[in-house]
Amino acid sequence: MSSDLSLPRFSWRWIAVWRRNFLVWKKLAAESIFGNIVDPLFYMLGMGFGLGTMLPEVNGVTYIAFLAGGTVCYSTMFAASFEALYSGFARMHVQRTWDGILNAPIVLDDVVLAEWIWAASKSLLSGVAILLVVLALGLAQNWLAIFILPLAFLIGLTFAGMGFIMTAMAKSYDFFTFWFTIVLTPMVLLSGVFYPVGNMHPILQAVSSALPLTHAIELGRPLLLGKVPENILLHVGVMLAYGGVGFYIALVLFRRRLLK
Amino acid sequence: MREVPVLDAANIRKRYGDREVVAGLDMSLRRGECFGLLGPNGAGKTTTLRMLLGLTAPDAGAIRVLGHPVPQAAREARIRIGVVPQMDNLDPDFTVTENLVVYGRYFGFKDDALQARIPSLLQFAALESRANSRIQELSGGMKRRLVLARALINDPDLIFLDEPTTGLDPQARHVIWERLRKLLNQGKTILLTTHFMDEAERLCDRLKIIDEGKTIAEGAPRDLIRTHIEPEVLEVYGEQVEQWVEKMAKPLASRAEVTGETAFCYAAQVQPLIDSLQNYAHLSFMHRPANLEDVFLKLTGREMRD
Repeated sequence: MSSDLSLPRFSWRWIAVWRRNFLVWKKLAAESIFGNIVDPLFYMLGMGFGLGTMLPEVNGVTYIAFLAGGTVCYSTMFAASFEALYSGFARMHVQRTWDGILNAPIVLDDVVLAEWIWAASKSLLSGVAILLVVLALGLAQNWLAIFILPLAFLIGLTFAGMGFIMTAMAKSYDFFTFWFTIVLTPMVLLSGVFYPVGNMHPILQAVSSALPLTHAIELGRPLLLGKVPENILLHVGVMLAYGGVGFYIALVLFRRRLLK
Repeated sequence: MREVPVLDAANIRKRYGDREVVAGLDMSLRRGECFGLLGPNGAGKTTTLRMLLGLTAPDAGAIRVLGHPVPQAAREARIRIGVVPQMDNLDPDFTVTENLVVYGRYFGFKDDALQARIPSLLQFAALESRANSRIQELSGGMKRRLVLARALINDPDLIFLDEPTTGLDPQARHVIWERLRKLLNQGKTILLTTHFMDEAERLCDRLKIIDEGKTIAEGAPRDLIRTHIEPEVLEVYGEQVEQWVEKMAKPLASRAEVTGETAFCYAAQVQPLIDSLQNYAHLSFMHRPANLEDVFLKLTGREMRD
């Protein structure tokens, strides 16, 4: 049916749906913030100081300073992905929250847009928490670190937009294991979170250059090291393309699933 | 002056694969009436409701709801519609009041307007003392009443109720029925689907029975009973009831149907049938007037639908 493929049309009603999700988050905020802070903190302390003692400087900085930029990017990526896949599926399918919303004067395009912005907001909230950890550990070199926050939001849009394709196709939560183990985990290993991409085999470097997380880290790592990133437009453009195309494909699939 | 129908659907159709789930339905609701949409499982009720709400586009036909073409202007139509879905989809993370506030925001209401409206909704749903309870703490009847209150958040002109009392105990059902009466008295129009024929008979001014996506009967409950079925029913039950049916009921009743150990005999006069039972002491019987369930079973058959 051709109307499944039509371009999205949004109204301001999406804000009411975003506020619904925000209200749920506020009720569980303490647990959520705790996780957002403690998880990357342990990772950076454990890997940075543990593994870091065995390593010389990486690209001219201490290992923990190198690791911080990658950690920000992959933590926020996971925050957005969990929200878009597990929580999104709960609201769409398990709790039937979307069904209730669609009986009100709100259309599916608005609901999916609200979920997209919300997942990016969760990524941003996670970014705030990690930035606090980074600041507390003295790993931010200068005020450029503040740009981690819009980057966190952009990372959220990128990975939630792609992840919604899985949500739209899922029959149960089990389906999401594929996304996390076959897509996201290898991406973390190939995108230069833990070691520089430049140390990898040329073929892997080529693969890496096509991955959205690589582009996120190309922005995030210099920001924490106090430098203005290079090729900003390229990196932002690649991430927006992944997120935007993913969002559109997912929206078509959501329409086929829910409006048939 | 001819009254404009609240809802008007003309020859709507919907096909999934090679099965036509809705095969040319007409429907028209008058302002202030309770209209019942009945049919066995898989008859096309849910698909019809989804099309009327603009959640599914019909393959053919025209729909107007509250003056708006659907699905083109379904959003505008839904501003004045309330929906009680078959499955409770209350927000489990929220309290009773929060559920109402959040739902009201979907209609674009400001929080202070909602705070002013919610006490009367809680009163209507008899949930005043539960305003700050979590959803998990509510009984099935309370949840259903809250879903009904939520459907009224926008003071709708037209209310869709999809099996509103399924799973409720008799007390809870009566409370829901009494509330629906109140809404009808306020001039609301109701579109109701149900599996309970007593519910339809009690509440509906008019109803439509559909099967395989087509209308098979339509009218006021009493008229349907009068035109489609004999006025008296004798239910006879016990072992080997078939023998009695073959020998006695078939000649005396205009129709006799056997399901398991029960025979349903339809006739204008049942006294001869009752007399014939004197030699069948092991059989028990119940004499009653024909009702909507008899019409429904006659028109849609007694075999199970899954």
